[in-house]
Amino acid sequence: MMAGNELYVGTAIGLIVIGFVAVLTRRNLLKIVLGFSIADTGVNLLIVSLGWLPGRTAPIVDDPSMFSDRAALAVNAARVVDPVPQALVLTAIVIGVGVTALMLAYVIRLYAVGGTLDVRQFGRLKW
Amino acid sequence: MKQIVAVVALATLAILLWQLAPIAMPSGLGVVAQHYAEHGVQDNRGANLVTSVVVNYRGFDTLGEVTVLFLSVSGAAFVLRRRTGLEVHEPRRASEIVRTGARLLFAPIVLFGTYIFVHGHLTPGGGFQGGAVVASGVLLLLLANKDHPLPHGFLSWTESLSGLGFVAAGLAGLWAGGSFLANRGILPLGTWNQLFSAGVIPVIYTFVGLKVGSELATLLDVMMHAADEEVHQ
Amino acid sequence: MDIVTLFNLEDLLICAVILVAALGAVLHRNLLAAVVFAGVVSLAVSYLFLRLSAPDVAMTEAAIGAGITTVIFLIAVRRTEEVEREEP
Repeated sequence: MMAGNELYVGTAIGLIVIGFVAVLTRRNLLKIVLGFSIADTGVNLLIVSLGWLPGRTAPIVDDPSMFSDRAALAVNAARVVDPVPQALVLTAIVIGVGVTALMLAYVIRLYAVGGTLDVRQFGRLKW
Repeated sequence: MKQIVAVVALATLAILLWQLAPIAMPSGLGVVAQHYAEHGVQDNRGANLVTSVVVNYRGFDTLGEVTVLFLSVSGAAFVLRRRTGLEVHEPRRASEIVRTGARLLFAPIVLFGTYIFVHGHLTPGGGFQGGAVVASGVLLLLLANKDHPLPHGFLSWTESLSGLGFVAAGLAGLWAGGSFLANRGILPLGTWNQLFSAGVIPVIYTFVGLKVGSELATLLDVMMHAADEEVHQ
Repeated sequence: MDIVTLFNLEDLLICAVILVAALGAVLHRNLLAAVVFAGVVSLAVSYLFLRLSAPDVAMTEAAIGAGITTVIFLIAVRRTEEVEREEP
Protein backbone atom coordinates (compact mmCIF):
# COMPACT_ATOMS: atom_id res chain seq x y z
CA MET A 1 0.00 0.00 0.00
CA MET A 2 1.46 3.30 -1.04
CA ALA A 3 -1.19 5.73 0.02
CA GLY A 4 0.98 8.08 2.06
CA ASN A 5 -0.71 7.25 5.34
CA GLU A 6 1.48 4.27 6.33
CA LEU A 7 3.19 6.32 9.02
CA TYR A 8 -0.12 7.27 10.68
CA VAL A 9 -1.59 3.77 10.33
CA GLY A 10 1.60 2.27 11.76
CA THR A 11 1.58 4.65 14.72
CA ALA A 12 -2.09 3.90 15.36
CA ILE A 13 -1.48 0.14 15.30
CA GLY A 14 1.52 0.64 17.57
CA LEU A 15 -0.66 2.53 20.06
CA ILE A 16 -3.34 -0.16 19.99
CA VAL A 17 -0.76 -2.92 20.59
CA ILE A 18 1.00 -0.99 23.39
CA GLY A 19 -2.36 -0.33 25.05
CA PHE A 20 -3.27 -4.01 24.96
CA VAL A 21 0.20 -4.94 26.26
CA ALA A 22 -0.66 -2.90 29.34
CA VAL A 23 -4.07 -4.55 29.62
CA LEU A 24 -2.68 -8.09 29.27
CA THR A 25 0.56 -7.91 31.24
CA ARG A 26 0.20 -5.22 33.94
CA ARG A 27 -1.32 -6.13 37.29
CA ASN A 28 -2.07 -2.62 38.51
CA LEU A 29 -5.71 -1.69 37.88
CA LEU A 30 -4.85 1.92 37.04
CA LYS A 31 -2.31 0.72 34.47
CA ILE A 32 -4.96 -1.49 32.89
CA VAL A 33 -7.36 1.45 32.58
CA LEU A 34 -4.50 3.55 31.19
CA GLY A 35 -3.87 0.81 28.61
CA PHE A 36 -7.52 0.87 27.51
CA SER A 37 -7.31 4.65 27.19
CA ILE A 38 -4.17 4.45 25.01
CA ALA A 39 -5.71 1.74 22.81
CA ASP A 40 -8.79 3.97 22.46
CA THR A 41 -6.62 6.83 21.22
CA GLY A 42 -4.95 4.44 18.77
CA VAL A 43 -8.29 3.26 17.35
CA ASN A 44 -9.39 6.87 16.85
CA LEU A 45 -6.13 7.67 15.04
CA LEU A 46 -6.55 4.57 12.87
CA ILE A 47 -10.09 5.53 11.79
CA VAL A 48 -9.15 9.13 10.96
CA SER A 49 -6.00 8.10 9.06
CA LEU A 50 -8.06 5.66 6.97
CA GLY A 51 -10.46 8.46 6.01
CA TRP A 52 -7.62 10.76 5.04
CA LEU A 53 -6.84 11.41 1.39
CA PRO A 54 -3.40 12.84 0.56
CA GLY A 55 -3.32 16.39 -0.70
CA ARG A 56 -6.87 17.26 0.34
CA THR A 57 -7.94 19.90 2.88
CA ALA A 58 -10.17 19.84 5.93
CA PRO A 59 -13.92 19.48 5.25
CA ILE A 60 -14.68 23.15 5.81
CA VAL A 61 -15.96 25.29 2.95
CA ASP A 62 -14.05 28.56 2.99
CA ASP A 63 -14.89 29.97 -0.43
CA PRO A 64 -18.37 31.36 -1.20
CA SER A 65 -17.99 30.67 -4.92
CA MET A 66 -17.74 27.00 -4.02
CA PHE A 67 -21.50 26.60 -3.75
CA SER A 68 -22.75 28.87 -6.50
CA ASP A 69 -23.93 25.88 -8.51
CA ARG A 70 -23.81 22.10 -8.64
CA ALA A 71 -20.58 21.97 -10.64
CA ALA A 72 -18.74 24.10 -8.07
CA LEU A 73 -20.04 21.84 -5.31
CA ALA A 74 -18.67 18.81 -7.10
CA VAL A 75 -15.32 20.59 -7.39
CA ASN A 76 -15.45 21.28 -3.66
CA ALA A 77 -16.26 17.65 -2.92
CA ALA A 78 -13.09 16.70 -4.78
CA ARG A 79 -11.05 19.00 -2.52
CA VAL A 80 -11.94 17.75 0.95
CA VAL A 81 -11.20 14.64 3.00
CA ASP A 82 -13.94 12.29 4.18
CA PRO A 83 -16.03 14.03 6.90
CA VAL A 84 -17.80 10.86 8.08
CA PRO A 85 -14.90 9.17 9.98
CA GLN A 86 -14.09 12.53 11.56
CA ALA A 87 -17.65 12.91 12.84
CA LEU A 88 -17.54 9.33 14.10
CA VAL A 89 -14.27 9.86 15.97
CA LEU A 90 -15.54 13.14 17.42
CA THR A 91 -18.25 11.26 19.29
CA ALA A 92 -15.98 8.28 20.01
CA ILE A 93 -13.52 10.48 21.93
CA VAL A 94 -16.30 11.80 24.17
CA ILE A 95 -17.66 8.30 24.78
CA GLY A 96 -14.09 7.21 25.55
CA VAL A 97 -13.78 9.72 28.36
CA GLY A 98 -17.14 8.57 29.78
CA VAL A 99 -16.11 4.92 29.76
CA THR A 100 -12.69 5.75 31.26
CA ALA A 101 -14.37 7.71 34.05
CA LEU A 102 -16.65 4.78 34.84
CA MET A 103 -13.67 2.38 34.96
CA LEU A 104 -11.76 4.78 37.22
CA ALA A 105 -14.76 5.07 39.55
CA TYR A 106 -14.70 1.27 39.88
CA VAL A 107 -10.93 1.38 40.51
CA ILE A 108 -11.38 3.92 43.32
CA ARG A 109 -14.21 1.84 44.83
CA LEU A 110 -12.19 -1.40 44.59
CA TYR A 111 -9.24 0.31 46.26
CA ALA A 112 -11.52 1.46 49.06
CA VAL A 113 -12.82 -2.09 49.51
CA GLY A 114 -9.62 -4.09 49.05
CA GLY A 115 -6.86 -1.63 49.92
CA THR A 116 -4.83 -2.62 46.89
CA LEU A 117 -4.70 -2.03 43.15
CA ASP A 118 -3.38 -5.51 42.35
CA VAL A 119 -5.85 -7.20 40.02
CA ARG A 120 -4.96 -10.67 41.36
CA GLN A 121 -6.38 -9.77 44.76
CA PHE A 122 -9.88 -9.42 43.34
CA GLY A 123 -10.58 -13.09 42.62
CA ARG A 124 -13.85 -13.61 44.41
CA LEU A 125 -15.90 -13.77 41.23
CA LYS A 126 -13.39 -16.11 39.56
CA TRP A 127 -14.24 -19.73 39.01
CA MET B 1 3.00 -19.40 29.37
CA LYS B 2 0.57 -16.51 29.77
CA GLN B 3 3.24 -14.15 28.46
CA ILE B 4 3.65 -16.24 25.31
CA VAL B 5 -0.11 -16.28 24.71
CA ALA B 6 -0.19 -12.50 25.15
CA VAL B 7 2.69 -11.96 22.72
CA VAL B 8 1.16 -14.26 20.09
CA ALA B 9 -2.28 -12.63 20.41
CA LEU B 10 -0.87 -9.11 20.13
CA ALA B 11 1.35 -9.97 17.17
CA THR B 12 -1.65 -11.51 15.40
CA LEU B 13 -3.67 -8.37 16.14
CA ALA B 14 -0.95 -6.10 14.77
CA ILE B 15 -0.47 -8.15 11.59
CA LEU B 16 -4.22 -8.40 10.97
CA LEU B 17 -4.71 -4.64 11.39
CA TRP B 18 -1.78 -3.88 9.11
CA GLN B 19 -3.06 -6.27 6.44
CA LEU B 20 -6.65 -5.05 6.66
CA ALA B 21 -5.84 -1.33 6.60
CA PRO B 22 -5.33 -1.00 2.80
CA ILE B 23 -8.69 -2.66 2.14
CA ALA B 24 -10.44 0.19 3.91
CA MET B 25 -8.28 2.82 2.23
CA PRO B 26 -10.44 4.44 -0.44
CA SER B 27 -9.17 6.13 -3.58
CA GLY B 28 -11.75 8.90 -3.22
CA LEU B 29 -14.80 9.80 -1.18
CA GLY B 30 -17.36 7.07 -0.65
CA VAL B 31 -20.94 7.40 -1.89
CA VAL B 32 -22.27 8.71 1.42
CA ALA B 33 -19.36 11.10 1.97
CA GLN B 34 -19.73 12.34 -1.60
CA HIS B 35 -23.39 13.14 -0.96
CA TYR B 36 -22.59 14.94 2.30
CA ALA B 37 -19.76 16.93 0.70
CA GLU B 38 -21.91 17.98 -2.26
CA HIS B 39 -25.18 18.68 -0.48
CA GLY B 40 -23.96 19.69 2.98
CA VAL B 41 -23.63 23.35 2.16
CA GLN B 42 -26.94 23.59 0.31
CA ASP B 43 -28.89 21.59 2.87
CA ASN B 44 -27.53 23.32 5.94
CA ARG B 45 -25.78 26.51 4.78
CA GLY B 46 -22.99 25.81 7.28
CA ALA B 47 -19.33 26.04 6.38
CA ASN B 48 -18.15 23.12 8.52
CA LEU B 49 -19.13 19.82 6.91
CA VAL B 50 -18.18 17.80 10.00
CA THR B 51 -20.72 19.80 11.99
CA SER B 52 -23.33 19.14 9.31
CA VAL B 53 -22.69 15.42 9.66
CA VAL B 54 -22.55 15.38 13.47
CA VAL B 55 -25.59 17.57 14.13
CA ASN B 56 -27.82 17.08 11.13
CA TYR B 57 -27.19 13.96 9.06
CA ARG B 58 -26.15 11.84 12.02
CA GLY B 59 -27.78 13.92 14.74
CA PHE B 60 -29.62 10.92 16.11
CA ASP B 61 -26.22 9.32 16.71
CA THR B 62 -25.11 12.40 18.63
CA LEU B 63 -28.28 12.28 20.74
CA GLY B 64 -27.48 8.69 21.68
CA GLU B 65 -23.90 9.67 22.35
CA VAL B 66 -24.70 12.44 24.86
CA THR B 67 -27.04 9.93 26.50
CA VAL B 68 -24.15 7.47 26.83
CA LEU B 69 -22.04 10.21 28.43
CA PHE B 70 -24.89 11.01 30.84
CA LEU B 71 -25.26 7.33 31.74
CA SER B 72 -21.55 6.85 32.38
CA VAL B 73 -21.41 9.96 34.58
CA SER B 74 -24.44 8.72 36.54
CA GLY B 75 -22.77 5.32 36.79
CA ALA B 76 -19.59 6.86 38.19
CA ALA B 77 -21.64 8.89 40.69
CA PHE B 78 -23.51 5.73 41.71
CA VAL B 79 -20.32 3.71 42.18
CA LEU B 80 -18.72 6.50 44.23
CA ARG B 81 -21.81 7.21 46.36
CA ARG B 82 -21.49 7.67 50.07
CA ARG B 83 -20.46 4.54 51.88
CA THR B 84 -17.89 3.78 54.51
CA GLY B 85 -14.35 2.90 53.53
CA LEU B 86 -13.63 5.49 50.85
CA GLU B 87 -10.44 7.26 51.78
CA VAL B 88 -10.36 10.93 50.92
CA HIS B 89 -7.45 13.23 51.58
CA GLU B 90 -8.23 16.21 53.74
CA PRO B 91 -8.61 19.12 51.33
CA ARG B 92 -5.76 21.57 51.56
CA ARG B 93 -6.58 25.23 51.15
CA ALA B 94 -5.48 26.60 47.79
CA SER B 95 -3.05 29.50 47.73
CA GLU B 96 -4.15 33.10 47.37
CA ILE B 97 -2.76 33.26 43.82
CA VAL B 98 -4.79 30.26 42.68
CA ARG B 99 -7.99 31.59 44.25
CA THR B 100 -7.61 35.10 42.79
CA GLY B 101 -6.56 33.71 39.41
CA ALA B 102 -9.54 31.37 39.35
CA ARG B 103 -11.94 34.25 40.09
CA LEU B 104 -10.32 36.26 37.31
CA LEU B 105 -10.15 33.49 34.71
CA PHE B 106 -13.42 31.61 35.23
CA ALA B 107 -15.61 34.04 33.26
CA PRO B 108 -13.23 34.33 30.25
CA ILE B 109 -12.85 30.53 30.08
CA VAL B 110 -16.62 30.00 30.08
CA LEU B 111 -16.99 32.79 27.51
CA PHE B 112 -14.37 31.11 25.31
CA GLY B 113 -16.15 27.75 25.59
CA THR B 114 -19.42 29.44 24.63
CA TYR B 115 -17.69 31.08 21.67
CA ILE B 116 -16.46 27.68 20.52
CA PHE B 117 -19.83 25.98 20.62
CA VAL B 118 -21.79 28.90 19.18
CA HIS B 119 -19.45 29.03 16.17
CA GLY B 120 -19.53 25.28 15.62
CA HIS B 121 -21.14 25.56 12.18
CA LEU B 122 -18.53 28.06 10.91
CA THR B 123 -15.17 27.10 12.36
CA PRO B 124 -13.59 23.93 13.73
CA GLY B 125 -15.08 23.21 17.10
CA GLY B 126 -18.54 22.75 18.48
CA GLY B 127 -20.52 21.45 21.39
CA PHE B 128 -18.09 18.79 22.56
CA GLN B 129 -14.98 20.97 22.47
CA GLY B 130 -16.76 24.00 23.93
CA GLY B 131 -18.32 21.86 26.63
CA ALA B 132 -14.89 20.50 27.57
CA VAL B 133 -13.52 24.06 27.80
CA VAL B 134 -16.43 25.10 30.06
CA ALA B 135 -15.78 22.04 32.22
CA SER B 136 -12.11 22.98 32.51
CA GLY B 137 -13.21 26.38 33.83
CA VAL B 138 -15.31 24.60 36.43
CA LEU B 139 -12.26 22.45 37.26
CA LEU B 140 -10.34 25.64 38.02
CA LEU B 141 -13.10 26.69 40.43
CA LEU B 142 -13.04 23.25 42.05
CA LEU B 143 -9.28 23.44 42.55
CA ALA B 144 -9.41 26.96 43.96
CA ASN B 145 -12.37 26.66 46.34
CA LYS B 146 -12.27 23.18 47.76
CA ASP B 147 -14.80 23.89 50.49
CA HIS B 148 -17.45 25.48 48.25
CA PRO B 149 -19.67 22.84 46.65
CA LEU B 150 -20.81 23.27 43.07
CA PRO B 151 -24.45 24.28 42.46
CA HIS B 152 -25.66 20.74 41.71
CA GLY B 153 -29.25 21.78 41.16
CA PHE B 154 -28.24 24.30 38.52
CA LEU B 155 -25.98 21.80 36.78
CA SER B 156 -28.54 19.03 36.66
CA TRP B 157 -31.28 21.41 35.48
CA THR B 158 -28.99 22.73 32.72
CA GLU B 159 -28.18 19.16 31.72
CA SER B 160 -31.81 18.00 31.65
CA LEU B 161 -33.21 21.08 29.93
CA SER B 162 -30.55 21.07 27.20
CA GLY B 163 -31.21 17.37 26.57
CA LEU B 164 -34.91 18.19 26.35
CA GLY B 165 -34.09 21.07 23.98
CA PHE B 166 -32.16 18.72 21.71
CA VAL B 167 -35.10 16.31 21.52
CA ALA B 168 -37.53 19.23 21.04
CA ALA B 169 -35.45 20.55 18.13
CA GLY B 170 -35.48 17.06 16.62
CA LEU B 171 -39.26 16.79 16.99
CA ALA B 172 -39.67 20.28 15.48
CA GLY B 173 -37.76 18.95 12.47
CA LEU B 174 -40.14 15.98 12.34
CA TRP B 175 -43.12 18.33 12.40
CA ALA B 176 -41.84 20.95 9.95
CA GLY B 177 -39.43 19.06 7.73
CA GLY B 178 -40.75 15.54 7.67
CA SER B 179 -37.97 13.69 9.47
CA PHE B 180 -36.42 13.70 12.93
CA LEU B 181 -33.79 16.50 13.20
CA ALA B 182 -34.56 17.73 9.68
CA ASN B 183 -33.14 21.20 9.14
CA ARG B 184 -36.01 22.54 7.05
CA GLY B 185 -38.71 25.07 7.80
CA ILE B 186 -37.92 25.70 11.47
CA LEU B 187 -35.43 28.53 11.33
CA PRO B 188 -34.32 30.38 8.18
CA LEU B 189 -31.09 29.00 6.75
CA GLY B 190 -29.67 32.51 6.33
CA THR B 191 -26.51 33.41 4.47
CA TRP B 192 -23.35 31.38 4.48
CA ASN B 193 -20.67 32.39 7.01
CA GLN B 194 -23.00 34.45 9.24
CA LEU B 195 -23.34 33.67 12.94
CA PHE B 196 -27.13 33.37 12.66
CA SER B 197 -27.27 30.93 9.79
CA ALA B 198 -27.44 27.19 9.17
CA GLY B 199 -30.99 26.99 10.57
CA VAL B 200 -31.28 24.86 13.67
CA ILE B 201 -27.66 23.64 13.78
CA PRO B 202 -26.19 26.33 16.09
CA VAL B 203 -29.17 25.95 18.42
CA ILE B 204 -28.65 22.20 18.70
CA TYR B 205 -24.89 22.57 19.09
CA THR B 206 -25.47 25.10 21.89
CA PHE B 207 -27.68 22.53 23.64
CA VAL B 208 -24.98 19.88 23.12
CA GLY B 209 -22.34 22.23 24.50
CA LEU B 210 -24.37 23.03 27.62
CA LYS B 211 -25.18 19.35 28.13
CA VAL B 212 -21.60 18.12 27.67
CA GLY B 213 -20.22 20.98 29.78
CA SER B 214 -22.53 20.29 32.71
CA GLU B 215 -22.00 16.53 32.43
CA LEU B 216 -18.20 16.84 32.43
CA ALA B 217 -18.32 19.37 35.29
CA THR B 218 -20.48 16.97 37.30
CA LEU B 219 -18.07 14.15 36.46
CA LEU B 220 -15.05 16.13 37.73
CA ASP B 221 -16.93 17.07 40.89
CA VAL B 222 -18.00 13.45 41.47
CA MET B 223 -14.47 12.13 40.98
CA MET B 224 -13.00 14.74 43.31
CA HIS B 225 -15.56 15.02 46.07
CA ALA B 226 -17.75 11.95 46.17
CA ALA B 227 -17.89 10.50 49.68
CA ASP B 228 -16.14 13.54 51.12
CA GLU B 229 -19.01 14.19 53.49
CA GLU B 230 -18.49 11.19 55.72
CA VAL B 231 -14.94 12.33 56.46
CA HIS B 232 -16.15 15.65 57.75
CA GLN B 233 -18.92 14.16 59.86
CA MET C 1 13.37 5.86 -1.49
CA ASP C 2 14.39 6.41 2.08
CA ILE C 3 11.98 7.10 4.85
CA VAL C 4 12.78 10.77 5.46
CA THR C 5 11.97 11.82 1.91
CA LEU C 6 8.82 9.70 1.94
CA PHE C 7 7.39 11.23 5.09
CA ASN C 8 7.55 14.61 6.71
CA LEU C 9 10.38 14.90 9.25
CA GLU C 10 8.14 16.51 11.89
CA ASP C 11 5.61 13.72 11.48
CA LEU C 12 8.32 11.12 12.01
CA LEU C 13 9.48 12.89 15.16
CA ILE C 14 5.95 13.22 16.50
CA CYS C 15 5.19 9.54 15.82
CA ALA C 16 8.41 8.55 17.61
CA VAL C 17 7.39 10.76 20.57
CA ILE C 18 3.95 9.11 20.62
CA LEU C 19 5.29 5.56 20.68
CA VAL C 20 8.01 6.32 23.26
CA ALA C 21 5.53 8.13 25.51
CA ALA C 22 3.05 5.24 25.20
CA LEU C 23 5.78 2.78 26.21
CA GLY C 24 6.67 5.08 29.11
CA ALA C 25 3.05 5.16 30.20
CA VAL C 26 2.92 1.37 30.21
CA LEU C 27 6.30 0.69 31.80
CA HIS C 28 6.94 3.49 34.31
CA ARG C 29 6.47 2.37 37.90
CA ASN C 30 5.37 5.77 39.17
CA LEU C 31 1.69 6.07 38.29
CA LEU C 32 1.80 9.87 38.29
CA ALA C 33 4.54 9.80 35.64
CA ALA C 34 2.63 7.15 33.66
CA VAL C 35 -0.48 9.36 33.59
CA VAL C 36 1.56 12.34 32.40
CA PHE C 37 3.09 10.15 29.65
CA ALA C 38 -0.43 9.20 28.55
CA GLY C 39 -1.32 12.90 28.41
CA VAL C 40 1.71 13.49 26.16
CA VAL C 41 0.44 10.69 23.87
CA SER C 42 -2.96 12.39 23.56
CA LEU C 43 -1.49 15.82 22.89
CA ALA C 44 0.88 14.50 20.20
CA VAL C 45 -1.95 12.51 18.60
CA SER C 46 -3.99 15.71 18.43
CA TYR C 47 -1.15 17.22 16.37
CA LEU C 48 -1.36 14.22 14.04
CA PHE C 49 -5.12 14.81 13.67
CA LEU C 50 -4.31 18.35 12.57
CA ARG C 51 -1.86 16.97 10.01
CA LEU C 52 -4.56 14.56 8.81
CA SER C 53 -6.75 17.64 8.07
CA ALA C 54 -9.17 16.94 10.89
CA PRO C 55 -9.15 20.17 12.95
CA ASP C 56 -12.41 19.32 14.72
CA VAL C 57 -11.05 16.00 15.94
CA ALA C 58 -7.75 17.63 16.92
CA MET C 59 -9.58 20.14 19.10
CA THR C 60 -11.65 17.43 20.73
CA GLU C 61 -8.60 15.25 21.39
CA ALA C 62 -6.66 18.18 22.88
CA ALA C 63 -9.53 19.39 25.08
CA ILE C 64 -11.01 16.06 26.15
CA GLY C 65 -8.32 13.42 25.57
CA ALA C 66 -5.36 15.41 26.82
CA GLY C 67 -7.27 17.63 29.26
CA ILE C 68 -10.24 16.00 30.97
CA THR C 69 -8.96 12.39 30.75
CA THR C 70 -5.59 13.30 32.27
CA VAL C 71 -7.31 15.22 35.05
CA ILE C 72 -9.61 12.34 36.00
CA PHE C 73 -6.63 9.94 35.94
CA LEU C 74 -4.72 12.32 38.23
CA ILE C 75 -7.70 12.47 40.60
CA ALA C 76 -7.88 8.65 40.61
CA VAL C 77 -4.13 8.42 41.38
CA ARG C 78 -4.53 10.91 44.23
CA ARG C 79 -7.39 8.90 45.70
CA THR C 80 -5.56 5.56 45.49
CA GLU C 81 -1.76 5.20 45.49
CA GLU C 82 1.05 6.71 43.52
CA VAL C 83 3.57 3.92 43.07
CA GLU C 84 2.94 0.58 41.38
CA ARG C 85 3.90 -1.96 44.01
CA GLU C 86 6.49 -4.62 43.25
CA GLU C 87 4.71 -7.82 44.13
CA PRO C 88 5.55 -11.44 43.38
